[in-house]
Amino acid sequence: MTYFNYLCQGTAVTDAAIEVEGLTKRFGEVVALDGIDFWVPARSVFGLLGPNGAGKTTAVRILATVLEPDGGRAAVLGHDVVAEPDAIRRRIGLAGQFAAVDPNLTGRENLRLIGLLSQMETSAIPPRAAELLERFDLSDAADRPVRTYSGGMRRRLDVAAALVPRPPVLFLDEPTTGLDLHSRNGLWDMINELVQDGTTVLLTTQYLEEADRLAERVAVIDHGQVIANDAPSVLKAQLGSTVAELGFEDASTAEQARELLAGRHPGVEREGTMVRLGSNEGPRLLVDVLRRLDGAQLAPATLAVHEPSLDDVFLALTGRHAEEISEGAEQGAEGPAVPGRRRRRGAA
Amino acid sequence: MSVDVATEIVRERSLPVRAIRDALAVTGRNLIAYRRVPQLVVFSTIQPVIFVVMFRYVFGGAIALPVSFFPYVDFLMPGVFVQTVVFGALATAIGLASDMKSGLMERFRSLPMARSAVLAGRTLADLTRNLFVVLLMLAVGFLVGFRLHTDVLGLIGGILLLLAFGYAMSWIFASVGLLVGDPETAQAAAFPLLAPLVFASSLFVPVQSMPGWLQPWANHQPVSVTAKAIRFLTLGDSPFGHSSDVWESLVWIVGILLVFAPLAVRRYRRAI
Ligand SMILES: Nc1ncnc2c1ncn2[C@@H]1O[C@H](COP(=O)(O)OP(=O)(O)O)[C@@H](O)[C@H]1O
Ligand SMILES: [Mg+2]
Repeated sequence: MTYFNYLCQGTAVTDAAIEVEGLTKRFGEVVALDGIDFWVPARSVFGLLGPNGAGKTTAVRILATVLEPDGGRAAVLGHDVVAEPDAIRRRIGLAGQFAAVDPNLTGRENLRLIGLLSQMETSAIPPRAAELLERFDLSDAADRPVRTYSGGMRRRLDVAAALVPRPPVLFLDEPTTGLDLHSRNGLWDMINELVQDGTTVLLTTQYLEEADRLAERVAVIDHGQVIANDAPSVLKAQLGSTVAELGFEDASTAEQARELLAGRHPGVEREGTMVRLGSNEGPRLLVDVLRRLDGAQLAPATLAVHEPSLDDVFLALTGRHAEEISEGAEQGAEGPAVPGRRRRRGAA
Repeated sequence: MSVDVATEIVRERSLPVRAIRDALAVTGRNLIAYRRVPQLVVFSTIQPVIFVVMFRYVFGGAIALPVSFFPYVDFLMPGVFVQTVVFGALATAIGLASDMKSGLMERFRSLPMARSAVLAGRTLADLTRNLFVVLLMLAVGFLVGFRLHTDVLGLIGGILLLLAFGYAMSWIFASVGLLVGDPETAQAAAFPLLAPLVFASSLFVPVQSMPGWLQPWANHQPVSVTAKAIRFLTLGDSPFGHSSDVWESLVWIVGILLVFAPLAVRRYRRAI
């Protein structure tokens, strides 16, 4: 039974905004998408979560009719991406991974251009542009050329441009990468409002936290394959809400610590001189861990506690790290790099 | 709210209507850049004026025509006009190559716009810019002593021919821009094409003064022919321009468009 037949048995399929079945795409030797399936109910936020190079952008570009797939099927609001691209183009907004705005035009002129090319009624464009500029905190800069904008302002304008024709389906490819905290929160609020108004949003992200905040469902993508498709809360529950990482002088000390902790914390694992464990107990985890270690005279050399990240999801799902989380995507990280591990957010 | 198309504001338009509307929208966008980017402003205002003034005063006195029907300045100006329009076509190659590389293309592909609009908008913007440049050069030309020996109709005919020729050149350079794909290479690739057209030509000196082996090319290549045609239209019949040159120039223009417009469109289709 195919995935589609399965969907057709329920009423679900009639309410799917996006349907993807067995989608494949290669670039020469590189298999960017290796048969992915997922579907997105109308009026919901769906997250594609994965490290750099997983295939997120390729999936979004195919759904937005920018790129043709090699195999499989994809439909947006019931329209096939290959057979009816124009029908889809009239119904979607795309904010790609890199801001697609014209640096020589002002913010307002950019929105006007997109409005015209979206086949909007000419008279409807100026009020819509003004509304979006206001909404994205760009009113003051609206009549300045975009080349004078900061990276965050460009990103906001880019998302605003995707919204000009009030598309019922919106694609956001890593929308908050490069945004400061304030802008990021603003965008998150905006996305929630859009969904309340009936918009369907497909967003990609490298942050579990972001997927958790916004998406009702998340497909975790790795090497062009969906390795999990669940509610973010379910993914997180598998990991525990807190992850602690302890570094030791040498591997044998670390192994001693692991054995000591394994009785109370079954999920504990060791990797070289590092010991890591997840728990839902939050700070109590730390108190317990440190008390036990102290009792056995095992002092960790480094200690980090953080919320579960994409890397942790990967580790749990695949047994290996998300190899290529980009520097840019991890720019929120604070604190020292943990030896032998990637830089990550959290306090030491 | 319905999950289907937001019909209140997005219209379903037929392709020909979209093609025209979208081409105009993209033309408008390109013209804004011509007004706002300093290098482009210089390229389409100061540079043509300098050409006119410099050629007038640097070469104007040094060269005498073998048969003097009219002052050298009157011979020279049509050449300077044609040269400026030909060099201006470089902007088409560079602009289009930049368009294809810009992040904006990605968004354009996701919009219900006519696919032709990027190419049409680029060449139309360059045509509009040429109209401005030609009128500017003409005004400066008259200031530095250029005189019309025919009538207003001849002048209008000359301007139209010049614009048509510039438009044809735009398509040659649109193909170059799409072929090489990035603005710097486009600029480098264009020069070897331009040199034999601009320098082995009748733009600044009469072909009669060139070595014999060069004369057939210099007499009949499109840039020379167009300069001679414009001399005929603005100065009247002379050894430097006959009515036949107008026809020859029109044949070149049509021929170039017939070859290079489909070529550029094909390259463009493949690139998007
Ligand atoms: N236009 C392209 N040409 C060649 N390879 C590409 C192209 N686009 C993507 N890829 C490759 O396909 C894979 C998936 O890329 P992408 O979809 O951009 O991943 P993500 O958005 O998850 O970072 C990567 O290995 C990438 O290098
Ligand atoms: Mg990407």
